[in-house]
Amino acid sequence: MNVLVFLIPVSIFLGMLGLVLFVWTMKRGQYDDPEGAAQRILSGQWDDKPADE
Amino acid sequence: MAAPVSACPACDAAALAETTAGRGFAGNGGEGKRIMLSLPTAHCAACIVGVEGGLATQPGVRSARVNLTLKRATVEADEDVEPQALADYLTSIGFEAYELDAGALSATATDKRSKDLLMRLGVAFFGMMNVMLLSVAVWSGASDATRDMFHWVSAGIALPIVAFSAQPFFISAWSALRVKRLNMDVPISLAILLASGMSVYEVMNHGENAYFDAAISLTMFLLAGRYLDQRTRAVARSAAEELAALEVPRAHRLTGEGEEVVPVAELRVGDVVRVTPGNRVPVDGMVETGESEVDRSLLTGESLPVFAGPGMMLNAGEANLTGPLTLRVAAAGKDSSLHRMADLVAIAETARNKYTSLADKAAAIYAPVVHLVALAAFVVWLVITGGDVRHALNIAVAVLIITCPCALGLAVPAVTTAASGRLFKRGMLLKSATAMERLAEVDHVVFDKTGTLTEGNPTPDNLSDHTDADMAVAVALAQGSSHPLARAIAGQAGVVPAPVSAVREVPGHGIEALWQGQEVRLGRAEWVGANQIGRTATYLKIGKRPAVAFTFTDALREGADEAVAALTAAGYGVTLVSGDAEAAVRDVAHRLGITDYRAGMLPEGKVAVLETLAAHGKRVLMVGDGLNDTAALAAAHVSISPASALEAARVVSDIVMLGKSLAPLPDTLATAKKATRRIKENFGVAVVYNAVSIPLALIGLATPLSAALAMSTSSIIVSLNALRLRAK
Repeated sequence: MNVLVFLIPVSIFLGMLGLVLFVWTMKRGQYDDPEGAAQRILSGQWDDKPADE
Repeated sequence: MAAPVSACPACDAAALAETTAGRGFAGNGGEGKRIMLSLPTAHCAACIVGVEGGLATQPGVRSARVNLTLKRATVEADEDVEPQALADYLTSIGFEAYELDAGALSATATDKRSKDLLMRLGVAFFGMMNVMLLSVAVWSGASDATRDMFHWVSAGIALPIVAFSAQPFFISAWSALRVKRLNMDVPISLAILLASGMSVYEVMNHGENAYFDAAISLTMFLLAGRYLDQRTRAVARSAAEELAALEVPRAHRLTGEGEEVVPVAELRVGDVVRVTPGNRVPVDGMVETGESEVDRSLLTGESLPVFAGPGMMLNAGEANLTGPLTLRVAAAGKDSSLHRMADLVAIAETARNKYTSLADKAAAIYAPVVHLVALAAFVVWLVITGGDVRHALNIAVAVLIITCPCALGLAVPAVTTAASGRLFKRGMLLKSATAMERLAEVDHVVFDKTGTLTEGNPTPDNLSDHTDADMAVAVALAQGSSHPLARAIAGQAGVVPAPVSAVREVPGHGIEALWQGQEVRLGRAEWVGANQIGRTATYLKIGKRPAVAFTFTDALREGADEAVAALTAAGYGVTLVSGDAEAAVRDVAHRLGITDYRAGMLPEGKVAVLETLAAHGKRVLMVGDGLNDTAALAAAHVSISPASALEAARVVSDIVMLGKSLAPLPDTLATAKKATRRIKENFGVAVVYNAVSIPLALIGLATPLSAALAMSTSSIIVSLNALRLRAK
């Protein structure tokens, strides 16, 4: 059962990581245009780098 | 992002313009400005690339970004870039585009609220997944100290997350309770709070059952429903704001020194404004100088242009056709006829019966029933067990959780999201939350004529009656004017214009020229000396010969015949009411196969027609665009107006048709019917689910595992049922 001592913190850490990433994407406005994002991958044009905010 | 403007002439020009042009748009000073364009037809990757690429080639544009969800482009541009020029350019390369008033599109509270909900939803989802993982271990047989530890870890995750994510429910429940009312959020909040509190108590006493996962998944499913609901409304609302922003209200004011462009709101009575041909009259005013013809179709439904000369009163909303006019403002802003009409409509709207949506009806039954059942369970078990409060409370909590309105909370939003998404793709924008349900009840459709069934663009219909020589002269004259009738004649292919000289347009009357030494005229009947015939027509006079008439019919709006045919075939009653003259209305009715038509209707007459229909038990859908339709639009059971309609008409309509074609109309009605059926099916699912699960909970058989399973299954069934709407 000792393995739980490691596994539970690890799983919670991974979960927190996911949460932090979600909050980050949210703040960056990545959910503002889901329709456009879905279509943009079909376009042959791409950016060299992300837009400067 | 690729920097679109590296072409230096543009930069130089822009820099120069910034220093020389003193007039600045409200906003970021010399920093450039943000322009919003509406793109009602954008729908694919190629559109994004086309629009962004196209805008990037325009001088002064720094960057352009298309938002396909909102069908809108945001352009960062230099100060001197004219939004209208960009919109015109996009239209010329094949993307319908309109200028938007960026001021009216302030970053909205609606937008913030969706973001807030999404954040809470994401956090709840994270919590649900993690607590579920721990719960699975407990369900698989963890016991004693291990189980207690898992429960404590669950509590550590669940409690802060519930406190954060479930706030919208707590707030809404509290505000309902404060005014002594029950809403759907009261049982929800109670279930979440009791489940969390009870679980903490159980864990402290090394109990077997903890409902942390239930509390948190309840929160998450309900937030999902709330978010979908919010998003549907946010898209509709932002599009509605967009429509309001479509009419960028500016006027050309004449001052001592010259002419300046000012917002209409700044005009005062007594100011003099100039209205160039092709533009709408911005305010009510008296013509000072100039002669022209004005198109009143949006206000009255008349399809014939009216002569305008000095001394005549013009109303805001009329379109100037041929000559420049100067107007002295007689009423501006709140006093103008447009605003007065809008006030009338506001009164009609408040008088309109409040419609109770299916969701409200369900909530009104649901909330008290759930509370009573849970309370009954508590009391009965208290008696059975002889005063075991803990056991009785456990059962009551299980009842509250298991009757959780997950399915109920998702039943309506999931369907309306799917349905309005489908309608939005077809260019139908639902502005009102209950529009879908009211649309499903419709059994009679009333159309306006000018601008709704017809495009309001005349097309000549008796060209073959004229000799080639007459045609050649007519086309040559027509090329000298931008009047809609003249343009329709000039647009005739295959006619070689006759050589005419000394072409002169007499605004408000017509065009005259010399041809083979004779005077030739094309224009109004009294001006060329012809007998007026009772139809839309222009008259050609060559020398001393009697004048000949070119008659016009108004071209039907795209898809009008299909729509009317499909509606009739589907058993809807169809009526045409118009403010136009009998002959023109009869003509359109015959072409579309509408047998029931009324001509020469005043706004009150239209309302009376609707009231008569309603008195006969009909649920009427009104489709109209003019100012004379607004009262009727407000009086109808549900109403649709095209995007080209006047703002007042769009404001009172429940649905705005963004595209040009009427063809999606029958499908809209069918989709609404289907959506309402799905909502009812979903309620059915929820009822069946409760009928099975409540007895189980009441006799104390509900475990956290069965609660979690039941909750998830019913929510998924309901969502999948809603998704069926998207198919086809």
